Amino acid sequence: MRNVFADEMTSLAAQDPRLLLLSGDIGNKLFDKFKAAHGQRFINCGVAEANMITMAAGMALSGMRPVAYTINAFITARCLEQIRVDVCYHNSPVIIVGVGAGLSYASLGGTHHSCEDIAMLRILPKMTIICPGDPVEVRLALRAALKLNGPVFIRLGKKGEPIVHKQIPQFSIGKAIIVRPGNDICLLSTGTMLPVVIQAAEELDKKGVRAQVVSFHTVKPLDEELLQSVFSHFSVVTTIEEHTILGGLGGSIAEWLADQSAQKARLLRIGTSDHFFHETGDQDYARRHFGLTPENIAHKSFDIFRNTLSYSR
Amino acid sequence: MKTSVSAQDKINFSEMETMARRVRGKLIEMSHKAGTPHLGSSLSCVDILVAAYWGALSIDPKNAKAENRDRFILSKGHAAPALYATLALRGFFSEKILETFTEEGSLLAEQPAPNCVPGIELATGSLGHGLSAGIGMAIAGNFQKKDYRVFVVMSDGECNEGSVWEAALIAPVHKLERLVTIIDYNKWQATGRSNEVMSLDPFKEKWESFGWSSHEVNGHDLKALTKLLRNVPDGSGKPIAVIAHTIKGKGISFMEDDNNWHYRSPNADEVIKAKKELGLV
Repeated sequence: MRNVFADEMTSLAAQDPRLLLLSGDIGNKLFDKFKAAHGQRFINCGVAEANMITMAAGMALSGMRPVAYTINAFITARCLEQIRVDVCYHNSPVIIVGVGAGLSYASLGGTHHSCEDIAMLRILPKMTIICPGDPVEVRLALRAALKLNGPVFIRLGKKGEPIVHKQIPQFSIGKAIIVRPGNDICLLSTGTMLPVVIQAAEELDKKGVRAQVVSFHTVKPLDEELLQSVFSHFSVVTTIEEHTILGGLGGSIAEWLADQSAQKARLLRIGTSDHFFHETGDQDYARRHFGLTPENIAHKSFDIFRNTLSYSR
Repeated sequence: MKTSVSAQDKINFSEMETMARRVRGKLIEMSHKAGTPHLGSSLSCVDILVAAYWGALSIDPKNAKAENRDRFILSKGHAAPALYATLALRGFFSEKILETFTEEGSLLAEQPAPNCVPGIELATGSLGHGLSAGIGMAIAGNFQKKDYRVFVVMSDGECNEGSVWEAALIAPVHKLERLVTIIDYNKWQATGRSNEVMSLDPFKEKWESFGWSSHEVNGHDLKALTKLLRNVPDGSGKPIAVIAHTIKGKGISFMEDDNNWHYRSPNADEVIKAKKELGLV
């Protein structure tokens, strides 16, 4: 995802002279093309996230379009007050891009795990939150964010994520994308989990259950139209995110659901649980620890699906 | 070249001195009526504001959003009444609005909301934001080939915030010679002597060692302040730091250097006494 981000930034900067790329001292060589093409419009802000975010707000308030980029755990929690006051309170058009969402940097230890950021940022008024599901969505999200005249947070994985969309999908902020049709279970995936969720649907195929897979890339604002539709059509709606189940996609939808009249579907939230991960291991290992695997997603969703079937009989 | 304004072409120090007394008078009235704190902090930066708004800034009160205007950020947002009073007397908005300070539904909160009244460049109140925002504005100006300048007033207590020093480290890298920060160094913060809470001194040398063109000035000397604030950029190629030595509560004898006035507001008798001292009654 990060390579595509750097590439798209290079293209977009050619079209928009207001675009500035701010880095928190990461991306060695990643932005060489950007630097070659756009020179001083790359600003290394050092290891100083608070200053970077407020600087970006100052730039945005003076007519520029800054994109601030660094490690997800640091560009969210470390400078939350700057995001709240200087970006959101002022409705400054700053695009905040975090790399290494969720458990991407599992092996770097708990300081680099980032499973609380959606919850922290989504409660801020004016904030838009996009978690692209694959590299194609990264490009589309960035283009859409630039057209939006307000704060946007884009949550990226790291590198090497597979391309899910073989064709360029229709992309609008706040409109989820149906990646695979199905009738029995609806799997709502946000961000980096999308390839895993597609595998989960394939697992369900083996049980004779057809799952719909949705890339629910925008966590704020929620695609309420789609939610209305899936909660009235399916008997099970599962949210899957590389983020705690508290306050992320699952949390948002649980809140939304509480305000609705009775719906047909049961909501199942799958994400990281409310504890720190103290062990060492790579992203796959950490995902297994939290049950973020195709098998577990399929198994848990199927269990509820089977129960709803037996109730209805 | 920068568009000149009358205030810059012809400085009337007698008018500035009158304005400083009138701003102080407004502050006393506002704090009394609203029962609000931070009067000492507001009084301490009045002369800095007056020197900037009547002596240095290239601004047009009738066109507060002019693209090439100088930007002024009062980063010590708790002294907002001083900025409100200055902006009103300088013609940015009606003095009648000042009378609504902190009333329900008023445009003027104790600390300013974004764009609450013309002339407010940044909503401040949480300390340690203004300088970083000012740097962003100065860099934006450079990209846009504009020659506006950015003035940021901070308090000494504000310099406890780590973000101030992040900002201090980056501005010289970008050679932001049109950026100036003025530190209202009144030697007090909310609950103690500034240098007993955190080690600010040697203050000028700190900024100098960080790569700033660093100056010290009597923060109540309108002529000296005006001279410094008009001289931006100063030819050094560096951002400018002005350590303005001030007295908290300046201008009112019984408030000067008494930190109780960080939180107290004056009663009716004290208002009369203060206004007499200011020659306003």
